[in-house]
Amino acid sequence: MQWINHELYIAPIDAYIDPIKPVDKAIITHGHADHARPGHQKVLASRQTIDIMKIRYGEKSATSFQSMEFGKPLRINDVTITLYPAGHILGSAQISIEYRGQRVVVTGDYKTIPDSSAQAFEIIKCDLFVTEATFGLPIFQHPSPHNEINNLLKSISEQPKRTHLIGVYSLGKAQRVISLLREAGYDHPIFIHGALEKLCDYYSSERINLGLLRKALVQDKETMKGAVVMAPPSALRDRWSRRLMDPIICQASGWMTIKQRAKRSGVELPLIISDHADWNELTSTIDSTEADTIWVTHGREDALVHWCKLNGKNAEPLRLQGRDEELEI
Amino acid sequence: MKRFSQLLVTLILKTSRNDKISVLSEYFKYTPDPDRGYALGALTGTLSNPGIKPSLLRTLAAERIDQELFNLSYDYVGDLAETVSLIWPDTAAYKEKLPSITEFISKIDRTPKAKLSALISNFLDNANSNERWAMIKFATGGLRVGLSARLAKTALAAYSGCLLEDIEKVWHGLTPPYIGLFEWLDGKTSIPKIQHTRTFHPMMLANPLNIEQDFNRLDPNDFQAEWKWDGIRVQAVFDESGKQLYSRTGDDISRAFPDIVGELNGKAVLDGELLVGDNFKALPFNQLQQRLNRKSPTKTHLKDYPAFIRVYDMLFYNDDDVRDLPLKIRRQKLEDWMKRVKNSRLDISEILDFDSWSRLAELRTEKADTLGHEGVMIKDLQSKYSPGRPKGPWFKWKRDPKFLDGVMMYAQRGHGRRSSFYSDYTFGIWRGNELVPVGKAYSGFTDEELVMLDKWVRGNTLNRFGPVREVRKELVVELAFDSAHASSRHKSGIALRFPRINRIRWDKPAQEADTTETITSIM
Repeated sequence: MQWINHELYIAPIDAYIDPIKPVDKAIITHGHADHARPGHQKVLASRQTIDIMKIRYGEKSATSFQSMEFGKPLRINDVTITLYPAGHILGSAQISIEYRGQRVVVTGDYKTIPDSSAQAFEIIKCDLFVTEATFGLPIFQHPSPHNEINNLLKSISEQPKRTHLIGVYSLGKAQRVISLLREAGYDHPIFIHGALEKLCDYYSSERINLGLLRKALVQDKETMKGAVVMAPPSALRDRWSRRLMDPIICQASGWMTIKQRAKRSGVELPLIISDHADWNELTSTIDSTEADTIWVTHGREDALVHWCKLNGKNAEPLRLQGRDEELEI
Repeated sequence: MKRFSQLLVTLILKTSRNDKISVLSEYFKYTPDPDRGYALGALTGTLSNPGIKPSLLRTLAAERIDQELFNLSYDYVGDLAETVSLIWPDTAAYKEKLPSITEFISKIDRTPKAKLSALISNFLDNANSNERWAMIKFATGGLRVGLSARLAKTALAAYSGCLLEDIEKVWHGLTPPYIGLFEWLDGKTSIPKIQHTRTFHPMMLANPLNIEQDFNRLDPNDFQAEWKWDGIRVQAVFDESGKQLYSRTGDDISRAFPDIVGELNGKAVLDGELLVGDNFKALPFNQLQQRLNRKSPTKTHLKDYPAFIRVYDMLFYNDDDVRDLPLKIRRQKLEDWMKRVKNSRLDISEILDFDSWSRLAELRTEKADTLGHEGVMIKDLQSKYSPGRPKGPWFKWKRDPKFLDGVMMYAQRGHGRRSSFYSDYTFGIWRGNELVPVGKAYSGFTDEELVMLDKWVRGNTLNRFGPVREVRKELVVELAFDSAHASSRHKSGIALRFPRINRIRWDKPAQEADTTETITSIM
């Protein structure tokens, strides 16, 4: 396919998908910092991705924003662009590009299992499928998130006097874990670190049920005894968390699959809750798209490329710059 | 196995010592015999390996998943048990109950070799990933869950109310499943009887000297000083009917040193340094090494590297436990015993003559190069022989390290906590225009530096050979080492003693690293 290259540049409309450096025209899959950057001229994205970019980077983080509804095609010259839900976080989209009878789908980040805090993933048949591979190794087989939430609830009931401090990324993971807790019937107030506040407010305004949230203030540490406190992973190890009452350090992430990693990060209760597809989701999605060419990006490309070749598909790794492998979001 | 896997998962994740002790105490208190005794053996490394080799697990994995996918996964995780347990397909089939630890051991024991893989597969099929992980760890030995044998014993003391000291005293005379030990701990019998001249007794270890603090407060007249020999610490345990030689960790190494063991006479437990050389003249450590890495020596080894023990302490004099007597008395008893009993491979450690700390400092530097020792030991004349590393009575004062600048050539993944990092490095120095390996180092850096080194290795890989990566020859590291010797092991012809990373020279060009000539000149 001559009209899209390894930097995800679409020549006929002179646009990039998720560019790392400021460009004239950018199509953005979702609001995480390694995909959505400030400083572009024109940004095309889902309404919620644009809202999130404005919250994080300011109203003027791009010269102009154009929002698109899921499933409604937009025609520019001979190119048709359609966004489909990626199931990763609120507003996250796969980008479908059709040109001269061929279709390319770029997933951004995605997961296929249900998540009430994000629109459900849809399979789009295509010729070229550009997939992420954050958890692109067969060792990653995420358990059911409900199972992990039950482990957390069990730990809370067994150690009711300690604070459960959960490391979560501020966009997406935080709101998903809160909504999973609410679905499991946990109805106590949940305390959140200041860094999570704006995005939690935004999710609530989008009718995602987060229940009662309170700001986690160190002077209230007595009240937080026995409670659930959420903070970005970076805050788990700084002075902020040490001021809490004898906290149990938890972290919600797909990386928690590997015990030695959890141990090294000082995590006592690992919660394997991931917003990325695991190995089985990746491979079954690739099959379902019926694409004969697969580009693999964002993580452990080698294994997924190898799997594609074993299964008779053309596959190439894209080593996109600026995607830090350990920055799981 | 279910309970054991929960225990192991908790142990690996808990960081607080007290939490670990409390989950272990619970386990020992509520788990029946002989399960808890086998678990204790696995946790403390005294249980002999049930006989499952890592290669068997690799083969089983290879039957279930593509080899390349397995290798990439293993390379990423860095730990075989964890890789296999995660990659193993979860079968939706009917789940059989997992075996208890005791059943697990006896089934493996009773199964002929040809049917072992079927047995293990069945165990793994019926387990979840944590249980698979625990079973593989248990079956292959070497748990690496961040738990010391000492901590396990502390938990035994905690749950039973018995003294840790008493547990330590009988520990090495007992074996898994420790039925007698638990009977005593549960208060049903008295402390198990141990035959003292048949078992290893935990050694007393020294702390590094802090020159400014310790010399100011300590009176040289209260102390005895000896050379710190560069051999291996051993304990000789012998009487008329049995003679054993143990390493510092209590491993029986008698078979490797028949020349010493065959010549032991009398009845005693002695503590000393095992060295090689004729007429008690110690050769450098790398000569001793010729004899260390083999189960039994060849004739040439016995002839070229005859072994002897430089004895410095006595734990039992005949049947008498002398460990609670002051060092001064123990030394007299040792001298007396050495005079009375003829032992051609035992030599008594020399006591150094000094009247002030500054005089001892002179001795330490004066003789370091001529005698080849690695510093001095300073011991309180009143000290009892207390197992472990008590603070205060014994000090080691090692010779000052030497330094060289080496270039990183290869990197390998570490183990346990460091299993996902490239943490073991091979360094080279220049011989003309060629870099030649001079040694390996895997310590001396902080956790933050490890992250940076790992990142550097990944970004500068030239080639991969299994778990080893060859890197660009660009990163210079200052290595500290105790001494350098001629060696045929390394291509450089030089072997370093105790090499460790002193600092990373991110700034220094590789061309300015050291050469074989400069190192040879300080040998």
